[in-house]
Amino acid sequence: MSATINSPIQSDCEVISNRRVGAYQHLTLAAPGISERVRPGNFVAISVGDSRSSMLLRRSFAIYQSTSRGPFGGTIEIIVAPHGAGSTWISQRAPHDRLNVVGPLGNAFKIPKDPVRALLVGGGYGSAPLFPLAEILRQKNSRVEMAVGASTAERIFAPVEGKRSVHSLAIATEDGSIGVAGRVTDLFDNSLSNIDIVYACGPMGMLKALTAIGERAGVTVACAVEESMACGVGLCMTCVLPVKDKTGVIKMVRSCVEGPIFDGDAVQWDGIGTIPPGTYGAPR
Amino acid sequence: MSHEVFDYSTTLGSAHFPNPIFTASGCAANGKELSAFFPLTDIGAVVTKSVMTNPRSGRATPRMAETPSGMLNAIGLQGPGIDTFLREDLPWLVEHGARTVVSIAGESVDEFAALSRKVRNSPGVSALEVNISCPNVENRGLVFACDRASAREVIEGVKRSVGNSLPIIAKLSPDVTDIVAIAQEVVGAGADGLAMINTLLGMVINTETMRPQLANKTGGLSGPAIRPVAVRAIYQVHAALPNIPIVGMGGVLTGNDAFELVLAGASAISVGTATFNDPSAPVRIKNELAELLVARGFTRFSDAVGFAHRAQA
Repeated sequence: MSATINSPIQSDCEVISNRRVGAYQHLTLAAPGISERVRPGNFVAISVGDSRSSMLLRRSFAIYQSTSRGPFGGTIEIIVAPHGAGSTWISQRAPHDRLNVVGPLGNAFKIPKDPVRALLVGGGYGSAPLFPLAEILRQKNSRVEMAVGASTAERIFAPVEGKRSVHSLAIATEDGSIGVAGRVTDLFDNSLSNIDIVYACGPMGMLKALTAIGERAGVTVACAVEESMACGVGLCMTCVLPVKDKTGVIKMVRSCVEGPIFDGDAVQWDGIGTIPPGTYGAPR
Repeated sequence: MSHEVFDYSTTLGSAHFPNPIFTASGCAANGKELSAFFPLTDIGAVVTKSVMTNPRSGRATPRMAETPSGMLNAIGLQGPGIDTFLREDLPWLVEHGARTVVSIAGESVDEFAALSRKVRNSPGVSALEVNISCPNVENRGLVFACDRASAREVIEGVKRSVGNSLPIIAKLSPDVTDIVAIAQEVVGAGADGLAMINTLLGMVINTETMRPQLANKTGGLSGPAIRPVAVRAIYQVHAALPNIPIVGMGGVLTGNDAFELVLAGASAISVGTATFNDPSAPVRIKNELAELLVARGFTRFSDAVGFAHRAQA
């Protein structure tokens, strides 16, 4: 668990481009002041609608790419999966529209100092923050394998330029429409015999399964969780999940500020949606 | 623009504040997170998250649902407990110059009294909010603000503990038949001011799962959806108790929204759910309300408090 404290800023960011990638929209935003400080795993929280919007809660997105300089100053890129009314509204923004963005938020993936053999596992658009992580790992001479899984081809996010960041990329879809028919965990040797660390981002079920594989193999699995958040900045206490701290005490911690990246074996995956017995401050 | 001569200060009992814009309890954690967005000294006061005697895990997730112009929450008073709060959170606020209203919540009259004694003995507190109206307690019978006798007993106990050392602000629930009767009861028991309104009890059912959306089933409704309820409650209570200061809250997103509550009778305004939407909201609303008051010809904020009660000229 990283203890890094970001100091986020709030900014009206112009949409530079918005293009469809399979089932998703890939938005590039001019975000000077934010982009310079992004580290892989950080996210942004974006408000929905205008100042009289009936949807008050921010939507959080993992940052895909960020550039600190360029023709638009710094930019950030996010991958938006339109599902509810709020994410659909954000996914429909056109160039020159503005979005109110707070970021960078949350902790970042810890990067080992020495070269490692890393396995990066993404579920759906959860692969997005893994590509910039892969680039940094490769700069440190690490070997990077990536596995991406989704229900169907259009929900696989693995852009051509991202493929250059990794040494190998394997894809699985549940319907077999692209890659191997099956789950993302079918794509690699589950004994993890050639892997030093696993980085993962995706649905809770996938993260739980990977943590179990990591535990059996004695390999750390760094998990970026997706919990629903109202604010993204640590105020509302809605995005909590049960996580064991260094002294072995389970606490309800905010995934927005203490996370979104946790060591998989610290997260009480079976206790999500409950207050596990023995949790600090649990009702007696 | 004559901001130089505009007096924005406000008073709650013996406590003075340079401006009337506060955070709302439970919507600002304990200040640190918001300080990334503005200096906490810019606003009238930080109202801390209601703290109980012991550490609390709060409730299971999901704890939240977005609703039309609002949200439903059932956090369950997650917090560090009073001792950790007074050792870590309060000193941080004091060091950073934030005027602080400490909010306490208890499950019994004795717990409220003991909590208030601890807060009284801590330096740097401007006022004490007594949250007798949290809707997310285990037993609805524990919502003291829904019962006149219970509300009175809690405030009497707190008054015995703190005397006149700190202004006591009783936080009221709108989920009552007659909020004026509750307000009169707590003022009779020694409350120096009132905070209103807490959230309204609501429910969302997820039509996919066909089950209640929140793990707690019910939750507190906040946001602009409840603003007319706040305006009505503040108006009624100010009419009955014109000399009792009210910290008004309920769906304030803009300076104009704050103005509406001031006209109804609020001497200070807490910004709550708006902060989730816009973490800079407290300072933005402070500036918007000042502009509005000056534009309407007010030279003192206090002259606008309860203005809607005046007969038409």
